[in-house]
Amino acid sequence: MKLESRAPGGPLQLKWDRYKAEMKLINPANKRKYRVLVVGTGLAGASAAAALAELGYQVDTFCFQDSPRRAHSIAAQGGINAAKNYQNDGDSVWRLFYDTIKGGDFRSREANVYRLAQVSVNIIDHCVALGVPFAREYGGHLDNRSFGGAQVSRTFYCRGQTGQQLLLGAYSALSRQIGMGRVKSHPRTEMIDLVLVDGKARGIIVRDLVTGKLESYVGDAVVLATGGYGPVFFLSTNAKGCNVTATYRAHKRGALFANPCFTQIHPTCIPVTGDYQSKLTLMSESLRNDGRIWVPKKAGDKRLPSEIPEGERDYYLERKYPSFGNLAPRDISSRAAKEACDDGRGVGEGGRGVYLDFSDAIARLGEKVIRERYGNLFDMYHHITNENPNQGPMRIYPAMHYCMGGLWVDYHLMSNIPGLFVLGEANFSDHGANRLGASALMQGLADGYFIAPYTITNYLASTKQTPVDTNHENFKACLAETQERIQRVLAVKGTRSPVVIHRELGKVMWEHVGMARSTESLKAALKRIPAIREEYWKTVSVPGSGEEMNQGLEYALRVADFIDFAELLTEDALSREESCGGHFRVEHQTEEGEAKRDDDNFAHVSAWEHTGEGKKPALHKESLGFENVQLAVRSYK
Amino acid sequence: MNFPLKVWRQKNSQDTGGFVHYQAKGIVPDMSFLEMLDVVNDELMEKGQEPIAFDHDCREGICGSCSLMINGRPHGPTRGTTCQTYMRNFTDGQTIVIEPWRAKSFPIVRDLVCDRGSFDRIMEAGGFVTVNVGGAPDGNALPVAKVAAEKAMDGAACIGCGACVAACKNASAMLFVGAKVSHLGFLPQGQPERADRVRQMVGQMDKEGFGGCTSQYECEAACPKEINADFIAKMNADYLWACIATEQ
Ligand SMILES: Cc1cc2nc3c(=O)[nH]c(=O)nc-3n(C[C@H](O)[C@H](O)[C@H](O)COP(=O)(O)OP(=O)(O)OC[C@H]3O[C@@H](n4cnc5c(N)ncnc54)[C@H](O)[C@@H]3O)c2cc1C
Ligand code: FES
Repeated sequence: MKLESRAPGGPLQLKWDRYKAEMKLINPANKRKYRVLVVGTGLAGASAAAALAELGYQVDTFCFQDSPRRAHSIAAQGGINAAKNYQNDGDSVWRLFYDTIKGGDFRSREANVYRLAQVSVNIIDHCVALGVPFAREYGGHLDNRSFGGAQVSRTFYCRGQTGQQLLLGAYSALSRQIGMGRVKSHPRTEMIDLVLVDGKARGIIVRDLVTGKLESYVGDAVVLATGGYGPVFFLSTNAKGCNVTATYRAHKRGALFANPCFTQIHPTCIPVTGDYQSKLTLMSESLRNDGRIWVPKKAGDKRLPSEIPEGERDYYLERKYPSFGNLAPRDISSRAAKEACDDGRGVGEGGRGVYLDFSDAIARLGEKVIRERYGNLFDMYHHITNENPNQGPMRIYPAMHYCMGGLWVDYHLMSNIPGLFVLGEANFSDHGANRLGASALMQGLADGYFIAPYTITNYLASTKQTPVDTNHENFKACLAETQERIQRVLAVKGTRSPVVIHRELGKVMWEHVGMARSTESLKAALKRIPAIREEYWKTVSVPGSGEEMNQGLEYALRVADFIDFAELLTEDALSREESCGGHFRVEHQTEEGEAKRDDDNFAHVSAWEHTGEGKKPALHKESLGFENVQLAVRSYK
Repeated sequence: MNFPLKVWRQKNSQDTGGFVHYQAKGIVPDMSFLEMLDVVNDELMEKGQEPIAFDHDCREGICGSCSLMINGRPHGPTRGTTCQTYMRNFTDGQTIVIEPWRAKSFPIVRDLVCDRGSFDRIMEAGGFVTVNVGGAPDGNALPVAKVAAEKAMDGAACIGCGACVAACKNASAMLFVGAKVSHLGFLPQGQPERADRVRQMVGQMDKEGFGGCTSQYECEAACPKEINADFIAKMNADYLWACIATEQ
């Protein structure tokens, strides 16, 4: 299979303009004859659905929560990037483009990333128009803060609740369209399969989570904006419902899965405290603007932080990466924390933690300013850990956070299945092997508000569709298969909760496929995962029936997909014999322990094809050409 | 720690439902309330019994999914959401009664899960600024006073969990609607539609069957995000003004 990015030719700066000038259009009166199914109502899905409905298309949205407003995007804290250069500090579209490409360790597609940087400025304008209450300066202008991996201040924010406010903005636009009858919203509805007709994406099978009823929906295009697969590691900063089902089911129907091993571990999370824990909580990266990270210089130093004098502390990020210091990118900061703890210098119970200290910032700026900036994060920390961060440093440790990998898409954000568009965290497109802070919100809204409405129009205008309805044999067959799979899960009637099996999978993934991966650890995981799958199909217990609200069943179905997907992720990690971004192979490091990329052999996207149950997936490569930036060793020193 | 639990179980919206007793055993003080329920549910499933259904997702107090009445208080004994309530705030051995939100406009779906679609419909009636993608002026073209932005944010911080309704003896949604109306009401972007917005949202709220406000402010006390009851007064003033404005 040859993977074409289908990016227009010409200079990088003009590609998107050229695309828009040359794309096919549909006249306004005809748009309502088309129906687009949008799965997911996070930033990417809600913004796409609203924008498509504004153009005049008929849209159906689906989400598993009880309201579109509760999508996982709501939890994003820190901010959203845009190349506005409001601070006059040398920012530009080019710089945001370059920072993102470099931050991604040169594993993303130039044309996509450039377009992302271009439309970033429109996102802020539109969100302001929608009434998003961004933080302001005293003069009434928009305020900015800094985030990791950048030397300019380009991050817009709403206290510590930026994702919430951006999502509520997109949800308000979506609500307007629902109220006008242009969008039909289906909350508490989970997509379980994708239906293809004549090789094109034409519909989905969903389960109504209230009645348990399976239903088919037909459309002229299907949009997956279903977010990331972080909970394949069980513990992560993601919401409990985040899952891989929609994208993995599409993968099984032929969509290629790109770079599944590119996962991001976030450096600033509250450390794990016990086995019962169901999720980990992120402390926003914005804290690194003013917090200093350190561990004791001596291994096994059990003194209280206040008893350790300045000279006996190791501010290891400032020491190792003087020009970026505490704002070094996430992959680098996470690994540095792991190293410090592996050295026996970790703090807190179990020794898996480092300090994030605000005392200098409080001395410099006063408690009031720090409170204004991070008040809700401090409260959150206090609440969860029962420790007051105003009285001593916080303890933090890396945790699974974000998925750069996702379904493969071209410049149009369309997968290799015609008519299947993938937006937001669910696609692989923009962040290469590592995402910079505040860039996921930007990407979700760029995809949804500003890119998909164009590329989907172009697709619909240039594609001849045969009329189909839910009686089509493919819909019937797909529905029957889903029914059968649900019955199979219910029929196991074992003795173990699906949560317990999920936790076991997560342990394997974190230990063997987490922050440091080796041939040995990956092979060990590839042995364990099939065993977990076998246990699942022998021992899982899902009481109740399929014909009612059954949260155990919902969970169990997602876990089954996580198990299969974990294997694909691990295969990908094993085949990528280099270290880059969030993917660190211990065999491939410099003498100083930094990631060692191999551009000669791995400057490509690994896109995996499903070849059948129990068969090895087939690897397809999209080679990444860099015409505008020079591949450099990523240095933050 | 061990806790006797009295949990509301109800098969579906038609079922009458009732309390069932369980024992939560081996609970650690640092567990969250939902993690305690996870333990109970794992045990139930392993015994082949149906787990207790409850809404949750982010488990960090921001999505507004979790919605439990704990010993008669929405979200339990401490300020904050159910998911951010910790077992260290209970006394070992204490009986814990767990119920869903109870309000006519939030029908029970199953066990502890209720349907808050009425909140969505209030938003659909007018909780937005009418603006299509494309053509917005530069973000800094419209300066917004810092105080206005902060006040707007105070209202916008509402997570739509419905604790305010559950806490109110009239099952009033005034705090929710007040926060929503005021968020856009404080901002210059929200001015052109201000009158229509408040009338339409209040109209929908009444249609959904939410009760009126009799100024007990139980809502404010129960709100996990500390949304101030002043928003209700602000909405009432806006509503009055809007009715007069339209009459003219
Ligand atoms: C704690 C935290 C903080 C973050 N902070 C920031 C930040 O400050 N800045 C930043 O840029 N990024 C941040 N991120 C990352 C960012 O929030 C996410 O990457 C982004 O919001 C994803 O948006 P999305 O629209 O792609 O998907 P999501 O918001 O995850 O939405 C997924 C949607 O798909 C639906 N869905 C999923 N599966 C199915 C299915 N099978 N059937 C039906 N519906 C389904 C869900 O219901 C939901 O509506 C943060 C992430 C976390 C975890
Ligand atoms: S689960 Fe999201 S607020 Fe409680």
